[in-house]
Formats: sequence, C-alpha cells, structure tokens
Amino acid sequence: MPNETKTIDGGMGAAKPHDSAHLHVTGEATYTDDVLEPQGCLHAYIIKSPHAHAKIKKIDVSACSIPGVHAVMTSKDIPGVNDAAPVFGGDPVFAETEVLYHGQSVAAIAAETIEIAHKAAKLAVVEYEVLAPILTTHDAIKAQKFVGDPYVMQQGDSKAGLAKGKNKLKGALDIGGQDHFYLEGQIAMATPLENGEMHCWSSTQHPSEVQHLIAKVLKIPDHLVTVEVRRMGGGFGGKESQASLIACVAAALAWKSRRAVKCRLDRDDDMIITGKRHPFHISYDVAYDDNGLITGIEFTQAADCGMSPDLSNAIADRAMFHADNVYYLGDSKVTSYRCFTHKVSNTAFRGFGGPQGMLAIEYVIDDIARALGKDPQEVRKVNLYDAKGALKDRCTTHYGMTVEDNIIGDIFAELEKTGDYSKRVAEVRKFNASSKVLKKGIALTPVKFGISFTLTMLNQAGALVHVYKDGTVQLNHGGTEMGQGLHTKVCQVVADVFQIDLDKVRITATNTSKVPNTSATAASSGSDLNGKAAEAAALTIKNRLIEFAAAHFKVAPQMVLFTGGQVHIGGKPMAFKELAMLAYTNRISLSSTGFYATPKISWDRAKAKGRPFFYFAYGAAITEVIVDTLTGEYKFLRADLLHDVGRSLNPAIDIGQIEGGYVQGTGWLTSEELWWNPKGEFKTHAPSTYKIPTGRDIPNDFRVALYDGENQEETIYRSKAVGEPPLMLGISSFLAIRDAIAATGKDRCLPPLQTPATPENVLKAIEAVRK
Amino acid sequence: MPDPITFILNGKKTVVEGLSPTTTLLQYLRRNAGLPGTKEGCAEGDCGACTVAVGKLKDGKTDYQSINACIAFLPTLDGREVVTVEHLKRDCKMNPVQEQMVKCHGSQCGFCTPGFVMALSTLMNNTKNANDEDIQDAIAGNLCRCTGYRPILDAARVANKDTNRALPSEPKTLATIQRNKMFSYEAEGKKFFAPVTVAELADIYAQYPAATILAGGTDVGLWVTKFHMELPVVIYTGNVAELRQIKETAEGLEIGGAATYTEAFAALAAFDPSMENLLKRFASVHIRNAGTVGGNIANGSPIGDGPPPLIVLKTKLVLRSKSGSRTLNLEDFFIEYKKQDRKPGEFVEKIIVPKKPATVQFRVYKLSKRFDQDISAVCAAFALEIKDGKVAEARIAYGGMAGTPHRATNVEKALAGQPWNEDTLRAGMKALDSDYKPMSDMRASEAYRATIAKNLLHRFFFETTEPATPTQVYRYAE
Repeated sequence: MPNETKTIDGGMGAAKPHDSAHLHVTGEATYTDDVLEPQGCLHAYIIKSPHAHAKIKKIDVSACSIPGVHAVMTSKDIPGVNDAAPVFGGDPVFAETEVLYHGQSVAAIAAETIEIAHKAAKLAVVEYEVLAPILTTHDAIKAQKFVGDPYVMQQGDSKAGLAKGKNKLKGALDIGGQDHFYLEGQIAMATPLENGEMHCWSSTQHPSEVQHLIAKVLKIPDHLVTVEVRRMGGGFGGKESQASLIACVAAALAWKSRRAVKCRLDRDDDMIITGKRHPFHISYDVAYDDNGLITGIEFTQAADCGMSPDLSNAIADRAMFHADNVYYLGDSKVTSYRCFTHKVSNTAFRGFGGPQGMLAIEYVIDDIARALGKDPQEVRKVNLYDAKGALKDRCTTHYGMTVEDNIIGDIFAELEKTGDYSKRVAEVRKFNASSKVLKKGIALTPVKFGISFTLTMLNQAGALVHVYKDGTVQLNHGGTEMGQGLHTKVCQVVADVFQIDLDKVRITATNTSKVPNTSATAASSGSDLNGKAAEAAALTIKNRLIEFAAAHFKVAPQMVLFTGGQVHIGGKPMAFKELAMLAYTNRISLSSTGFYATPKISWDRAKAKGRPFFYFAYGAAITEVIVDTLTGEYKFLRADLLHDVGRSLNPAIDIGQIEGGYVQGTGWLTSEELWWNPKGEFKTHAPSTYKIPTGRDIPNDFRVALYDGENQEETIYRSKAVGEPPLMLGISSFLAIRDAIAATGKDRCLPPLQTPATPENVLKAIEAVRK
Repeated sequence: MPDPITFILNGKKTVVEGLSPTTTLLQYLRRNAGLPGTKEGCAEGDCGACTVAVGKLKDGKTDYQSINACIAFLPTLDGREVVTVEHLKRDCKMNPVQEQMVKCHGSQCGFCTPGFVMALSTLMNNTKNANDEDIQDAIAGNLCRCTGYRPILDAARVANKDTNRALPSEPKTLATIQRNKMFSYEAEGKKFFAPVTVAELADIYAQYPAATILAGGTDVGLWVTKFHMELPVVIYTGNVAELRQIKETAEGLEIGGAATYTEAFAALAAFDPSMENLLKRFASVHIRNAGTVGGNIANGSPIGDGPPPLIVLKTKLVLRSKSGSRTLNLEDFFIEYKKQDRKPGEFVEKIIVPKKPATVQFRVYKLSKRFDQDISAVCAAFALEIKDGKVAEARIAYGGMAGTPHRATNVEKALAGQPWNEDTLRAGMKALDSDYKPMSDMRASEAYRATIAKNLLHRFFFETTEPATPTQVYRYAE
C-alpha cells in the first residue's frame, strides 16, 4: 500500500504564498503597462466633458491632427455600436449629442507619445449648452428619473408588523460611495492583427465582456477578438464592467490607426471617468418590543446610480437581499429606487450593494438598543435567524429563501469570548465616565453574505488543463487574478487532484481564446466556480490515466492511486511524470476542459422569491476606538475578527482577504469621502484629496482568526467564498465611533452619524447629541 | 554647451541627453531604461508606488533617501545614485525585505509592492535597528489597497532583525560625477540650470526672471504631471550647498531656503512635541526628503503647514536676488491668495526662527481626514506668553481658514492682557468669527472649519491649563 505519510507540497489547505509574490517584490511581475509595446505603439488620451449635464452643440477635432497624432475619434467614427455598457446600454464610448456627467468621454486621440496627445487634446473645440444637473437621489425621485424600475421585496404584512410593536422608530442614513482606488489604474493595449483580428491586453475582471464589446464597437464577430489578462493591480469590482470603455477606446483607435494603441488612464482620469460604489439614502420605519425584537420593518433604499444602468439594478437588488443581514425580519418590506443622477455611472465594488443594505439594518439594531438602553449584542441575539440544525419558524428571508446554514450564534459566542467583549464594554464605559475630551466606543457586528451571482445564468465556469509529457501541468481558467490569490488556490486544487507538488502546476494569463464565454471574476465566486471547473478538467485527465494504467498494468482501476507525488499502480509506485510519458506514448489525451455550473439556485425576479444564493458566508468583528470630542478625530485601538471561510483552501490567502476587506470597509465608512461641487464636478479625484487608510490607520492591536468549520454545501473542498464578505466587518468600526459619540450625549441618545465618519461628520454628530 | 545628465542607475554610470528636462525619473525608468518594476499609481507623490532610493555623496559614501520618482525631474538626479527595485537581488537572492514580504504574505495584487519594498529597504539601509514608529513613518507615503497593511508591517519587523541591510552603492564612481559649477542641460528647446552657489543662482535667475524655481519638486512636479504645463526654463536650487544649511546663530535657528523638511526636521521639532507631530504628518518621508521649508513658503499656498507655526514663532524671511538680500516678517510675505511679496529674480535665501522664550507656550495642531500624508483642513498655531497668570502676548495663526495663512488678530486682542482662564478662552473663541470667513471645499465645510478653529483654541487651553487631561487620540496609549 502507498505510504500515506508522504504529502505533496502545496496541496489543499496549505498556506502557500501568492503564486506571484516573488515577482511582486522584485518588480518582475508584468502588469498591462509593463507588457513590451509593439513597434510604433500609440498612446491614447480621452477628451472629457467639463460639465455634469450639457447638450453638445459642436465637436470640431480638425485642429487636433498635429504631427505625431495618428487617429482622432468621436462617436461618428465608431464603425459599430457606440456603446460599452455591460447589459442595458447607455454607456457610449464617446458622447453623441448630450453629456451626462462631468468627465464623460467625448473624443479620443492616439499619438506617438502621451505628451503629444495631451497637446492635441487642447486643440479640440467642443461647444456645450449647459443644462441643470440632477445630483441627489432626492432630486431624482422628485423628477422620477430612474435607471431601472423600482422594485419591492416583502414578507408577510409590514404594516401589520409595524402596528404590532410597542415601540417605534423612524430614521434615515446617508451612505457615501467609495472609489476603488486599485493601485493600477484602468488600462488596455490593443493591437490590430492580420485578417481583421484584434488582440487586447486589458486590466479587466471580465475578459469575455471586453472581447464581446470590442467586437460590437468594431462591428466584427467575437472570434476575431482575443482578450488577455495576466494580472490586475487590484480590481475590487471597478474593472468588472468599466474596464470595457478603456479597452474599446484603445481598440477603436487601433482599428482606425492600424497601429497598436495603449489607453492608460492616469489617476485623475481614472477617478473622474469611471464609476464607484453607489451612495445610498436609506430610510427605515421599525417597530419592536421591549426586548428589542423586531415586529415589523420597512426600508426604502434609494441608490445613486449615476447616469446609466451599468450593473446598478443587480447592485440595488443585492442591497435589498442584505437588508436583513443575520436577522429574521418577519413582517417586512424593502423598496428600492434606482436613481438617475448626472454623475459617473456607479458600478460594482466589493460587496455589490450588500454593504449598504447591511449597514442600514445594523444601524437600526444599534438604534433599537440605544433607545432601550440595552447593549446592542442583546438586541442582535433576540433577532437572529434560527441556527443551523435547529430550523423552526424564524428561518425565511424577506425574499423567500430558507437560511439553512446560520452559524452566527456560534461565531458570536466564540468572538465574545476571544475578544473579551463584556469586560471591554464595561471598561469603555468606565473610561468615558472620567475622561473629559477623549471618549471610547466599542461595537460588535455580524456579517451574513449571500454567495452566487443573483443572475443565475452567470454561475458557470470553464477551465483548460494540459498535462505535458514531463509531468508538469499548465492550467487556464476563466477567472482573473487581481491580487485575491485565485490563481494560487486553483493551482492548489489541480496539484491536489494529481497529487503533485504545487510548483509542477503553472497557471497562464487568462485568455478568451483558451476558455470562452466566461463570467466576470466577481461576486466572490472566483474560486468556487473556477476551482470546480479546474477540478473537473483535472479529474477527467486523471480518470483517463487511471483507466489507461489499469488496462496497461492489468490491475483494477481502484488499485491506481495518486498520492504524495506518485501514482501507485497495484501497490507499485511510479512517478507522475513517468505515467504521463507512458500515457502519451500510448496515445492517451492529456488535455481536457472542465465545466461547472452552481447547483440548487433559482430566482424568480417577477415574484421576488426564490433561492438566489447557494450558501451564506458568515463573520463578525469587534472594533474599539477612541474619539476626540473637540475635533472629531479618532484612532482605532483594537479589532478582533472571526470569519467563516468554510474549510480554507489557503489560510494565508484567506486571512489576507479578511484583513484587507475589513480595512477597506473601514476606509469606506471613515476617511474615504467623495465630494462633488454644486455644479456636479467631482473634486476628490486623486490620493491628495481622496484618503484611503494608511498603515497607521489600522488598529494598534489587530487580531484575526478563521472560524473552524466547513461549508455544508458541496463546494470546492467545502470551502467558502471570501472576496467580499469581510469588507462588511468594517461596519463595526463605524458603529464603534457612534458608540463613542453617544457617550457625549444624554442617556439613550441616537447619534445622527452619517457616513463616511470623517472627523467633520463625527463632530457634527457630537454637536447634535450635545444639544 | 549643455551638459548631459550623468548619474548612477542600479550600479551603472548612466548618461542621458535629448529628453525634455521635465521628464520625470519614473518616465525615464519605465520608458527609456527598461525598468518597469517602479510603478505609477498617482503621479503626484501621494501613493508611493514609484518609490526609489536616491543617494548623494556624503563622506565618501552614498547617502540614500527614499523619494517619489513620479515627480522628480530627471536632471535633478545629475550627480546622484539611484536604486530601483530591480537592483535589490544579490547573486539571485532577494534582500531581507523582499524575502519577508513573500513569507509574511505582504503582497496581494503586487502593484504597490515595489514601492513598499524600496521604502523599507531604504529604512533598513539608514538605520541599525528600526522601531515600530520608524517603520510606520517609512511607509506613511505608501498606499496599499489589498492587504490592510498588517502583513507588510510584520514583514518589516522580521526583516529589521536582519543584519544584511545595506543598499548596493558605487560611491567611488559617484565621486567621479560630482560637479563644482553650475549644471546646464537643454533638450526639446527647454532649459534646466542647477547652480551650485548662491551667487550663480542669483545670476542665472536674473538672466531668466520668468524661470520656474524648482526646489523639491513636490509642487512643481505636479504642474507637469497633472496640469500638463510646459516649463521652458527651470532653475533647480537643490545643488546649492549654502541654501541647504541649518544652523543656530545668535538670532535663532537659520534654515536655508533649499533645506528639505527631512534636513530641518530635528531642529524644528525641538520647538515642541506638537511641532514634531506636525512635521511627522507633513506629507510623508518620501516627500519630506524632497520638499523644502523654503518652497513650502514661496509657493504661497493657503494650506501649507509650515507658515502657521513659523508665523507665531516670529520667523523672518530673507529673500535674495542679484541685487542683494532683504529681510521681512514671514507673515508680511503673504499678501493675498496666490500673491506674495516676491520681486522678479528673488528667491528664498533662508528663514530665521528666533529662540522661543521659556515663558512662551507654543503648540501647533493639524486637522485632516487622515493622520498621515493628508493636506490640512485647518492648521492652527498658538504662542502665548503668560506672565503672572495673564496673557502678556498672544500670537495665533491659522492655515486653511483664508486665502493666505495669517494671524488671528482679533483673537489675539481678546486674549491680550487677560487672565488665561475659561472666560478669556470663550472670548477668544468668539473673536475667531471676526478673523476668518473660511470656505467650503472637499477637505472641510465652512462650518466645520469655523468650529474646529475654535475647538483647537480650546484644546490649547486644556493643554496649557490642565496638562494631565489627554486631548489627542494619536498620543493616546492604553
């Protein structure tokens, strides 16, 4: 029998470094801007609208053709459809008769250097008739301007529920947007090839869509376009749909000039031209009993979608899906408005609407606890869904899905213990009683996040695995690498299937010619979908090898075992590479595709009922903060995170996602403020004015742990998705600040803290509760 | 006859001609030198993805500092040694920072990583043993959007235990490319001069009075990278040794017009711990290694953090031109928004900060959305001389509250001669409304600025009357 103690290096659950880590630290990792430029490559610059809303009276780019300029394009020069939108249209590559946001693309220039393109751009003459912009959800609703129809999810009778509760509260919360601030800005480089083909390097989460949109814009079939992505310098959702515009500009200019064209947005253009996390205005009406148990609740969510639908309808849906977080809402109603504003079209961002919906219910729970004079944890616990394995009458969401896997009770119990919750709450209260200027706050908040694309069709993936004669493996799948470690995890899956060391598996750039019709790497689905597809491909080859070896060596198939870097055939070990060579010489195919479609899910959008999610990922965090009540400044003192990733494929990568998500979520709710002037000009378009957290902003004492458990659904090695859920652990930072503010006001006050909790907004809330 | 730009790049003597003088080091590395490891994240010195080490010859050795390559014009590297991330491996082996960044999982997307590696490798080179505060300071100008920083800090802590800390250097070659007279460079019809004496500087500026004076480039660099401006003639002050001097004289502390914030840090920090805190929050190490005290004054920004404390400390400004020097009170230099009392051909020769009498209570406070690397919403400086319990003299100045940094004369009047107590504080807070009409912008609203200006006076009151009461979150330690 095989020696079971021998294990491969880098199999499932191994905390291996990111597969490109050694390239990151030496500067050898190739990003799109680092790919060697083809001879004569041109550089594109986009001419932008200076107005939030205006009619275009005239575009004259004739003066732009100075020496060194090889192509100038406006909407009239697009051979195909002038649209780079993902689904519903409305995102012209170049504006035609009207501009709908400050920074909208109007024309583009390709020149031998970017400096010449800048110079040429100044010579364009564009005349506008300035019109009044709509800049808030309030004004959009008043004008009934939407990018999608209003939508409702409900359960039972919310009015009856509201009438039932002894106590009532109404409130509203302004939730700010967030710029992705991936360190690598949007970029694409398109190269025209023979016979009408176009190749495009694109920093995109969605190569298949970029391929399709380039084809549409150029009026050519999809099979003439190849899109390739080795890695992105961060994506976070910002390169899901909105990388397409940049790629289409590059491809259109390449088509016109017959030369390679690189379109790289500098930081300001990136932040001005491309969309962000949706700001929301959420109002609520809740009734509850003296224990804090919610008897009825209504939410109205107004999403600031910007000037086009983009992905806003799906995002607003997800905000609704997360209006419950971990709580059974009972008689409830969630109404959603997808507001049109004359701002950049807002888009996917880690959490995809979920964070905004979740923040609102956590704010409500916090309100109820404060109004009752209770610790928020008490109120949280009375409102939880039934626990996994003990489902009774409180397990159905407001969209009709049964929550079967709720483990938040266990997570609470463990985190309260490891984070010393009760003792620290008492210490905070004690500190505040005697501290004059500085006040502390603490909050524990949970996360339950639904995993799957809510558009069921998208939950599919493909992979391609080749085993070479020397026993090494090349792997390709439809997912893209943006730093999340997807490629590392999928390589681990394939290494585990073949039982070979991880360094024998090499992943190559995502390429639409290798795996077609892929979904975006989004919705945290990367390893769930692509891991399964790659596993399927590898298993196909492995099964061929088993069948071959059994026949060749005349043993039963079950006597062919892959383990510890070897294949044991009838008890005799053989190196994997020897078997690969033997199979090759016997004309056995060593290449296979793999495919996966997520089971069990279904969603009836017309009825707003179904099971949109395969499963939920859970987590909770405690954050403690100290606030300066004279200025509104604050510093996070400690954070304790406990998060559920099922059975971890790679604990090092998972912990990285959890910490990074928490800090990004905290940034969203604290220092990151998007600011438009009254004319609708976006003014925080660079790191000098838009402040993401730095190393000093993280808690002094930062503790992170993985919840020990496995996914009850049959996912890849029983793991759970981890990309988005931890971002919402950052809600604890916001509510910790609110807790500190409450210490400056009267007993049971409700600090009207709005997001982001900049020192200014903190001080405003302090002044309000002091009155 | 123009000189070529001559510097050492990753161990090799490198000579450059024909590139515009406002080509940035980053552009050169990526476009011309085939070194794409250094990244562009923002082109304004705020994200640190372009961090490189730049060394000057000092006592026969290369003295390295980290800078932002994205806003450093290539001719300013003449006579310097540059190390990029590609040059850290030795005999195919990564340096300790690189090794620990891999082991501690300090990279995710990897785009910011070369910058962090360079910032930390430079810190290692410059210290024998860095503490946590040093590590935080070293990367305050480096943004990471993926990791949440914890693994990067861990990597730095482990690497810091390593004795192999030196950046590679070629001081002997560096010695051969030093100049003892003005460096003149020209390309694409644009001129660049780097004088080495004050007299040379005065002469060349008199010859080209419309020239752009370039000190650290942390502002001028952005004119090119952000506003796509053409600068036909640039005069660089960074090679004028006399202008980089810092000395104590009978008159007080003298800081040369081209001394960087890093060079002036210790001398200025000695005025008060709150000044040290301000300097630490003044942009980042990479920016302070380039940006100058003189430039921060001369650009006349209403939100520069240098002027408010310097004004209340009664700083004198010495302007120099070919026709000689003149001295004025710093506060009189700022006339109105974007208008200063600087005549054609004049440049900042030095500032003189008088000694602070022991009876003067001095504090400076900065308020911004983020602790590190942020521009002030409001910067407030207070110098109060208290004799026999009464305010003998009050000097108070704010930045971010008007078109120029200037004194709060009405508050000063309200305080003067009064006992330093709660009533006087209230009177002072009230008077602030008549001193400033602040504006709303992306950094803060008018209302917030007006409120915190008062509350910072309140903080000053607490700190001077109840020193035991903790007032600042960043100073708070459990």
